Amino acid sequence: MSEYEFLRLLWWAVLGVLLIGFAVTDGFDLGSAILLPFVGRTDMERRVVINTIGPFWEGNQVWFILGGGAIFAAWPPLYAVAFSGFYLAMLLLLCALILRPVGFKYRSKLDSPRWRTTWDTALFLGGLVPALVFGVAFGNVLRGVPFRFDDTLRMTYTGTLFGLFNPFALLCGLVSVAMLTMHGAAWLVCKTEGAIRRRSRRAGVFAALALVALFLAGGIWAATLDGYTLKSFAGMDAPSNPLTKQVIRQPGALLANYSAMRWTMLAPAVGVFGAVLAALLSIAGRFRVLAFVTSGLSITGVIATAGLSLFPFLLPSSLDPNSSLTVWDASSSATTLLVMSVVTAILLPIVLVYTAWVYRVLRGPVTEADIEDDPHTTY
Amino acid sequence: MDVVQLSRLQFGLTAMYHFLFVPLTLGLSVLLAIMESIYVTTGRTVWRDMVRFWGTLFGINFALGVATGLTMEFEFGTNWAYYAQYVGDIFGAPLAIEGLMAFFLEATFIGLFFFGWKRLTQVQHLFATVMVALGTNLSALWILIANGWMQNPVGARFNIATMRMEVTDFYAVLFNPVAQQKFVHTVSAGYVTGSMFVLSVGAFYLLRGRHRGLAIRSMTVAASFGLASALSVVVLGDESGYTIGLNQKMKIAAIEAMWRTEPAPASFTVIGIPDIGTHTTIGAIRVPWVLGLIATRSLNTEVAGIDNLVSDAKQRIKGGMIAYGAMQTLRGHPDDAVARAAFDAHANDLGYALLLKRYTPNVTDASEDQILAAAEDTIPPVLPLFVTFRVMVVLGLYFIALFAAMFVLASRRQLERHRWLLRVCLWSLPLPWVAAELGWVVAEVGRQPWTIDGVLPTFLSVSSVPVSNVWISLAAFVLLYSVLAVVEVYLMVRTIRHGPHAPAQRAA
Ligand code: HDD
Ligand code: HEM
Ligand code: HEM
Repeated sequence: MSEYEFLRLLWWAVLGVLLIGFAVTDGFDLGSAILLPFVGRTDMERRVVINTIGPFWEGNQVWFILGGGAIFAAWPPLYAVAFSGFYLAMLLLLCALILRPVGFKYRSKLDSPRWRTTWDTALFLGGLVPALVFGVAFGNVLRGVPFRFDDTLRMTYTGTLFGLFNPFALLCGLVSVAMLTMHGAAWLVCKTEGAIRRRSRRAGVFAALALVALFLAGGIWAATLDGYTLKSFAGMDAPSNPLTKQVIRQPGALLANYSAMRWTMLAPAVGVFGAVLAALLSIAGRFRVLAFVTSGLSITGVIATAGLSLFPFLLPSSLDPNSSLTVWDASSSATTLLVMSVVTAILLPIVLVYTAWVYRVLRGPVTEADIEDDPHTTY
Repeated sequence: MDVVQLSRLQFGLTAMYHFLFVPLTLGLSVLLAIMESIYVTTGRTVWRDMVRFWGTLFGINFALGVATGLTMEFEFGTNWAYYAQYVGDIFGAPLAIEGLMAFFLEATFIGLFFFGWKRLTQVQHLFATVMVALGTNLSALWILIANGWMQNPVGARFNIATMRMEVTDFYAVLFNPVAQQKFVHTVSAGYVTGSMFVLSVGAFYLLRGRHRGLAIRSMTVAASFGLASALSVVVLGDESGYTIGLNQKMKIAAIEAMWRTEPAPASFTVIGIPDIGTHTTIGAIRVPWVLGLIATRSLNTEVAGIDNLVSDAKQRIKGGMIAYGAMQTLRGHPDDAVARAAFDAHANDLGYALLLKRYTPNVTDASEDQILAAAEDTIPPVLPLFVTFRVMVVLGLYFIALFAAMFVLASRRQLERHRWLLRVCLWSLPLPWVAAELGWVVAEVGRQPWTIDGVLPTFLSVSSVPVSNVWISLAAFVLLYSVLAVVEVYLMVRTIRHGPHAPAQRAA
């Protein structure tokens, strides 16, 4: 394996790690925000829910920002095509995400019930809309997206916003919502007590079962869909130019990797069994932290499934399959990938260490008494 | 309006909006670290109350800084897709490193800053505060390395096989002199903003006779830190003049409305009205020698004038046409030695040929008139640059005077002596924001017509999206941002009016 080929594979894996990092960390606060109106009935209960994620969501969100930055640095054509192609969907996502920092910070600053319920709705949307849009985007990527490059590598995209919300993509959107709701519920079970914990447990079981059903349905549906196969290409360490290969559309190609490489079946299996375990542990009402971990594993499995189904594609084009972006022709130069690898190898462990420290310092459930003690600093 | 104009408008608006919150975050985070260090060393609780009070305001501001920063991170992809594809190999790295090194730090420790008071020892909490301050400053460093590369694109080369710019020397990108000088100037501008904020709010309390202890201590810190920062802004602003004099000659010529090259040393036009039509400056008052000193640090180096730079641009466009033609040959026949030699000789001018795409898509068939028109396009808008730069400079000198006066009063413990001066402090509150926003106008408008100076023109950088989409996003941002601005200002004013909460309400 040449160095460039290795770096490309490495950055494909890093991209996966970042997406999973995002879904496992930011996922629980998005999920908790989705559950906010349902598990928190009174104002005080809602404050408890918000304060369980209050100190953490900001750091979690950086996984998302970093995901964007890493795609820009390591896969520039992917960043260009995905962000400009999904223009209005991105706008929707962005507006929803913008509501969160302000919602958390400003909600409890005034006493007026109208003010607070308005922000509660904003926070709910700030959780639901991103979860849905991410899933829908993944669904479209799996099916291929209508774009093509001209010979200066300027991209044109012919899809519309409504075209994104096709049935298969919507199913993927629901998978994502169920997944993050399950994860948020597992978090709230760990971090709250009493009524909120009871309601979260129930919601978590329901979401986990929904996830299993939707995910399996998606798998069966995917078997019937057209996928993409690489017919010929310039080489795994050729210069990054997406116009140097041939690609065909084929039914069933989405699942081809699973028969070619059996071990990849591990990913969907972890996705399903993680969720089943999370549900069982919730029903048993014990091992709360373990339930949170299995829910995180399930997320890892689901995202890995999407990535492995596509491999070596990053973003197939339905309009002009030859314009598709793959791991072999959409990366940065070897130099940039190398520099970024060194930087990541140094910095990411440090980030993980201090993040773990912060979680440790702030461990334990949040109670109503905590908030009454300190009504001005808490959210 | 077309996609290019709308995208520029949207990027300009959202970036300027983001930069309403950034400088206050930069300045207040450092001031908080200073105040808390005093608390930890002296153990006097009034300093802790100050940290908590200014910390509340910091938090309200920080939330919008984060919210609007998200927009910025997206926009390079949504609105500047060709840009992202063309220079992502270089430009993406600092952005990603910023996330890894800076955003994680500030965003993780800010949770501890607000929620950790009871669970941490004093020293541990101070550590969290210092990490927040460090994170915000590192974030400025990396984003300005990215922005500095747009102004002075070093360490990169065009690759025909991939049709984009690729990095050749990462150290050069990292240690770009433009980025270094931008970092210090911009961060100091943030410190000035934070100091002025504390000074003004403190003056407000003194004028009302409220919270005297907190106000006087806060103002003393702000006056000293502000004076140092204001001096640094001006000294390093002058450094900015020097570095752009070296690598963006057209920008400095436009800032100075220098239409024609003068014999060295060039004089500095204090005021006047630049007239684009005739290429002259009406009613100019000039000070001999000064510009030559700022821009070249010498008395015998010429400062090039706009007209002369346009003729230079014409030459570079012609060179770029040769490179462009050779590139087309090489894409069909990569082994053509003649074309390779021609390309290598003129590769540095390739960006200038792209300016012609506005007039003729084929580039190589451009007429003499088209070449001239493209060369004239390299002149940025002279009048706005000329004016905004002068306002920034005047404000910079004003800040030094104001902070110096307050510093003297503070060290004599006479801050309350002159009520009029307190009122001046109060009303100076918005001025650092004015200066900083104008500074960005100078830097970014002065870079036009390029997004990457000499490499990629702005009009080519955009995404191929329908114009209706950009209208929708622009409208959405204007609406959402206006609502958020009202909410934020309301909460800020309310918190300031309330003042620090009585200590009894809060358990230690
Ligand atoms: C000189 C400083 C500076 C400049 C020029 C910019 N920013 Fe910024 N940004 C900051 C200084 C900063 C900061 C001080 O670190 C912020 C502001 C307030 C805050 O909360 O953090 C921040 C926040 C912030 C965030 C949220 C980070 C978080 O969650 O903690 C993002 C994603 C960006 N910015 C991205 C950008 C982009 C893509 C820019 C380029 C156009 C940009 N910023 C210009
Ligand atoms: C440091 C990171 C920044 C980067 C990488 C950056 C990059 C860009 C880009 C790509 C454009 C659009 C193309 C163009 O019209 O030139 C632009 C325009 C602009 N930017 Fe920045 N910018 C940065 C920071 C800022 C900030 C913080 C401000 C102001 C607060 C600002 C003010 C502007 C303005 C006013 C324009 C419009 C210029 C025009 O239309 O002529 N920029 N910048
Ligand atoms: C005598 C005073 C000053 C001088 C000579 C000066 C000079 C400059 C110059 C030449 C630039 C353009 C740099 C470029 O295009 O790359 C600039 C940009 C800028 N200035 Fe100033 N400035 C002064 C005062 C101030 C003050 C008081 C503030 C704010 C408090 C400020 C904030 C900025 C900002 C934010 C930028 C954009 C970032 C950058 O390009 O560094 N400046 N200044």
